[in-house]
Amino acid sequence: MAWARKLLRVNLTEGTCTSEPLNMEWAFQYLGSRGLASKYLVEEIDPRVDPMSPENKLIMSTGPLTGTAASTSGRYTVTTKGELTGAIACSNSGGFFGCEMKNAGWDMIIFEGKSPKPVYLFLQNDKPELIDAADYWGKSVWDTEEGIKAKHQDPQIRVASIGLPGEHGVKFACIVNDLDRAAGRSGVGAVMGSKNLKAVAIRGNKGIKIDNYEGFMETVRVGKAILAENPVTGAGLPTYGTQVLMNVINEIGALPTRNHRDSQFEGASNISGEAMHEVRADGTKNLVNNAACFGCTIACQRVSKIERSHFTVKDRPEYQVASGGLEYENAWALGANTGVNDLEAITFASFVCNEQGLDPISLGATISAAMEMFEEGVITTKDTNGIELKFGNAEGLVQMVEATIKGEGFGKEIGLGSRRLCEKYGRPEFHMGVKSQEFPAYDSRGIQGMGLSYATSNRGACHLRSYTVASEVLGIPEKTDPLETDGKAGLVKIFQDATASVDSSGLCIFTTFAWTLEDIASQVNAACEGEWTADSMLEVGERIWNMERQFNLDAGFTGKDDTLPARLLKDAAKTGPAKGRVNELGKMLPEYYELRGWDANGVPAGDTLKRLNL
Amino acid sequence: MQKTLNIIPEKCTGCAQCEIACSIEHVGMFSPSKSRIKVFKFPDEGRFVAYTCTQCSEAWCQRACPTGAISANAETGAKEVCEPTCVGCKVCTIACPFGTINYVSERGKVTKCDLCGGDPACVKACPTGAITFIDADATGYDRMKAWAAQTGGGAQPEA
Repeated sequence: MAWARKLLRVNLTEGTCTSEPLNMEWAFQYLGSRGLASKYLVEEIDPRVDPMSPENKLIMSTGPLTGTAASTSGRYTVTTKGELTGAIACSNSGGFFGCEMKNAGWDMIIFEGKSPKPVYLFLQNDKPELIDAADYWGKSVWDTEEGIKAKHQDPQIRVASIGLPGEHGVKFACIVNDLDRAAGRSGVGAVMGSKNLKAVAIRGNKGIKIDNYEGFMETVRVGKAILAENPVTGAGLPTYGTQVLMNVINEIGALPTRNHRDSQFEGASNISGEAMHEVRADGTKNLVNNAACFGCTIACQRVSKIERSHFTVKDRPEYQVASGGLEYENAWALGANTGVNDLEAITFASFVCNEQGLDPISLGATISAAMEMFEEGVITTKDTNGIELKFGNAEGLVQMVEATIKGEGFGKEIGLGSRRLCEKYGRPEFHMGVKSQEFPAYDSRGIQGMGLSYATSNRGACHLRSYTVASEVLGIPEKTDPLETDGKAGLVKIFQDATASVDSSGLCIFTTFAWTLEDIASQVNAACEGEWTADSMLEVGERIWNMERQFNLDAGFTGKDDTLPARLLKDAAKTGPAKGRVNELGKMLPEYYELRGWDANGVPAGDTLKRLNL
Repeated sequence: MQKTLNIIPEKCTGCAQCEIACSIEHVGMFSPSKSRIKVFKFPDEGRFVAYTCTQCSEAWCQRACPTGAISANAETGAKEVCEPTCVGCKVCTIACPFGTINYVSERGKVTKCDLCGGDPACVKACPTGAITFIDADATGYDRMKAWAAQTGGGAQPEA
């Protein structure tokens, strides 16, 4: 029994916690984690609900493989209606929290309503308890985690919590677990804050049993060997982390720079994975170590220390210790996209995003949009309390990040996210995103398939719904031309469906640099009841994708929202291999709709829904 | 020839595959909290250290046990707990200077690393070679070799 077959329903309004059997009919159709939690959300909330109202729900879920010996089995997912986007939000995180939830005997926790005062859930195996969080409200994620462990005298408790931005309703606040792992995107932390839920603390020691133990362990052994032997998962990611990409993406001319005005950054090598390995003036390196989430044999996580003499930390010894270092997305959003090439300053900005629960992608992108407006004279130092918000200004970046965390001055405006910020100042064209969510680190003029991925992503612009970069740049599973649009509709569809199913298994999507869907299906099949194959996993993924799509349509989105900013559709890339190119979304989108079995407006046709049992 | 666990913290990523493997081997489930090997994190330094029983030759736990429940496996050198004889008095957990023998309240017994009878599961599960199972009489040889290289084994500077 890979599923715990049990969910916890926490009604924050009433202060009650009740156990329910997991709907196993749904589990066989949606697998777990992302898919199954989305099914519960779709069934239980009105898609038009205000994300910050008590009527919205927030679900934390594990997959059937979470907590098992399968490599990367530490994932858990947060599903809700997103505050940033108004679309279905599903943000997934690693670390050790998901494993602990499963070990406590739960597949899922559904939070509903709103607590009259700040509380945290303390869950010890079968014993849930809502506890007053007055001592932690107003505190950072790091202080909250430390405080809860100290209060219960148990360092083995795992905590997921929000910081100040989540309490204040910052549109891109996230939920951080295990100090530096985050359910990052779409503002899931703001929703948690709107419920007066400060933290979820779990301690579980029941263990997870699997019937077909020997068969499962053989598939696990084979899977681990494949990851170890693959050059990406066995060497590139452990050595450089996702930061292995900084120089690669810059070279192909797809590194969004200065709010996507440029697509190559002259300072890329200064903020790259290679730079993190370089010896600094004081003889130390930025990179201290690599690290793994629960059960992960890849270990892509960075652990960094900021140079002690750097302006960000020289008077603040508490930030001179090691902490979660730069991933590619953080380094890009806070670095290339703001034009800042100061590795240490970006590392600091990323540290405090972890400390306080902010999505560094949306944060960096929103500051970039503000920088562009500053340079255009739309906003001035009068608006920014004297901060010179120019591209490339590391001090300005750090000041703005801290102001956003505290909700002070112009930081409050940054907390709106780039779409609302740019609209407020009358320059909506400077918002670089889709469905109100800011782009991640790939310029779709240089990687055509990513334009379609972004435009059709169910949670707004995102690289983790359909990472066609794998094929278009890295050649996984086979190389396609990043500047070509032919065949990209089919590529995006299959990546979206496969990703949805992997996300629902409890495993990490990074395994798919090495694992095929067959490799994953064989582990799911050995662990779970039912027949699981690559084909059935793809069908589950397609079902999830269409369900999410239908939710968004019911929430008020239309096919018109499947688009990109004019800058990417009309302004050609200025340099690099993609020079002269725009994203040719119009060539890909109609074919994509057709392959999906959707009508010309992007609405799933009746027979498509019927085929998928929706 | 006896073998021993050799743990190299510099290679540890903190993934807990050793804990998972230990719990499967001994309690038949995935349960890090039931593992006899533990990975400790030192976040301020960004370091991870797996730690377990070193199988003392003259074991404090064995000497302290009033019922004779702890005995040496002559073949592997492991100090093993005989569960039917253990009364759960926990004196061994006080006696052990390293904290590597612990009480399990569910069963009312103590538990410690037994080297899996001579084929440790943690070693096979470790993805980075941070835990190896080597000749008990040669645990210093890797470090000795590193020092040897510095004193003349490496490439000689040109004259």
